[in-house]
Amino acid sequence: MALLEREGWPTSSLAPPAPARAPRRRANLPLLVGAALVACIAVSAALAPWLAPRDPTAIDPAARLLPPGPGHPLGTDRLGRDVLSRILYGGRVAVVVGAVAVAIGAGAGVTLGLVSGYRAGWLDALLMRAIDGLMAFPALLLAILVVASLGPGHVQAMTAIGIVLIPVFARLARAQALAARAQEFVLAARAVGARDLRIIAVHILPNIAGPLLIQATVAFSGAVLAEASLSYLGLGTQPPTPSWGGMLQEARDVLFVGAWMAVWPGLAIAAAVLGWNLLGDGLRDLLDPRLRRGV
Amino acid sequence: MPLVARRLLAVAPTVLVVATVTFLALQVIPGDIAQVMLGVDARPEDLARLRREFGLDRPLVLRYLEWLGHLARGDLGTSITYREPVARLIVARMPVTLSVALGAMVVAVGVALPLGVIAARRAWSPGDLAVLAGSQLGLAIPTFWLGILLLLGLAAAVPLFPLQGYAAFSAGPAEWLRHLTLPAVALGTERAAALVRLVRGSVLEEMTRDYVRTARGKGLAAAVVLRRHVLRNALIPVLTVAGLQLGYLMGGTIVIEQVFGLPGLGRLLLQGIYARDLVVVQGAVITIALTFALLNLAIDLLYTAVDPRITYD
Repeated sequence: MALLEREGWPTSSLAPPAPARAPRRRANLPLLVGAALVACIAVSAALAPWLAPRDPTAIDPAARLLPPGPGHPLGTDRLGRDVLSRILYGGRVAVVVGAVAVAIGAGAGVTLGLVSGYRAGWLDALLMRAIDGLMAFPALLLAILVVASLGPGHVQAMTAIGIVLIPVFARLARAQALAARAQEFVLAARAVGARDLRIIAVHILPNIAGPLLIQATVAFSGAVLAEASLSYLGLGTQPPTPSWGGMLQEARDVLFVGAWMAVWPGLAIAAAVLGWNLLGDGLRDLLDPRLRRGV
Repeated sequence: MPLVARRLLAVAPTVLVVATVTFLALQVIPGDIAQVMLGVDARPEDLARLRREFGLDRPLVLRYLEWLGHLARGDLGTSITYREPVARLIVARMPVTLSVALGAMVVAVGVALPLGVIAARRAWSPGDLAVLAGSQLGLAIPTFWLGILLLLGLAAAVPLFPLQGYAAFSAGPAEWLRHLTLPAVALGTERAAALVRLVRGSVLEEMTRDYVRTARGKGLAAAVVLRRHVLRNALIPVLTVAGLQLGYLMGGTIVIEQVFGLPGLGRLLLQGIYARDLVVVQGAVITIALTFALLNLAIDLLYTAVDPRITYD
């Protein structure tokens, strides 16, 4: 399915494929645009304390619901807080939640998947049934279940999203480990007496780093979206800490008098998700030569 | 053994894991469950009554087995906030959630099929690139934000679409459709964006097959080859994925119901969480997850009916 979802089928009509043309290397546009968007968001999040015109939590009753203008480029919210400053600081939440959730998901998932795929047997069967069970939950539902258990909050949301990502990484790592364990370099390592842990960490892991990196990039966009959804539902980052999803929730009550409050945070989420998705696509084109277009 | 029975047996462990995870997730809550549910101001006698009712003084394994037994009989417990059986609450809300999910599915397939086929026929043309770019954008836009934008742009300007609420089908199909359109569009657009790439890829792949070359060699018009041959084969994986999306949309409705104030299963779940009514949370989660799993199973079985080349022997 992943293969089908790619847009790398260079046929233009129902006519038989044209004779092969001279190879022509195209610019990897998704990679460039994705990297630019991600860099933009990461830099603005990192520099938020210097870029933000005001304190993102400072309440100013006199400046309530001001539309975008000279003093407040993106307007203010119903408590008079500067929307631009809140968006910049909200970017920090998005980046941190994304990074930590992917680290949890990748760390636990890859470990489980590698061990499962490499050892095979009953351990593999057991772990995979558990993974199948977790994958039987719609992702957001599982995240909500975990938050319902741990209580709402920023750290809980990160943990919940990380847990949701575990099966995705575990399946990928397992499939890669299963394919790698019969390869000659693994047999050679085993023949010279290398221990299982060393074979997994030193020989198999670097060989599957490419697909894992692509998965991590795509998972990052999913994590940003999930955090925004949880915060929108009031289960993620809690006020007054600014988060893009939380800002959209706050905009709900004043939607028709302060439309800007609902526009900018949504744009920020879309830009971040688009950036990470494009980066993932671009990396896939770069790292998987079979899918490379026009080469 | 018949195929249905074999597939049901294969899905049983997954269902068990789903049930176990749902049960355990709400048993490992930090602190005293009774206190969490009733709040810090609860009277000691109420706490004691709830502990007795939930069997919190008994071992976890016993409680789990008992809960599984009740679950198998369709008994999901009684809500402490609604004072009603959770199963009854769920049955009342299920049509809303299913309507939104089905409506979103119709939007997703209705948009993705024609766009995907047109894009594939003119692969790498400006129109195709626009579809691909649109699909990237569609995947990036959060469903709830699109819902908010629809409320801002359409519901406020066109009185045809209500801002909030739901009308049951029994109240009249037109009214039902009026309330369902915006939530379905908001939820379905993101799925359409994912599906359009699949349709395009699948049609393009089929177009490189030998049978297409033969059909064209026989002198059949491109449009006829596309309609009679390519689409029939290309749509098999699309149908499967579209079916699986229905389950995915069950999860997506949780947020959309909140945006449009729809009294569905997702809203019940959230109200359960806000009120710390864990019986409701448990019931809603297990219902959505099991519907998701069973929908996947149904699609799996349908797949074999649609494509006779696939067997599970």
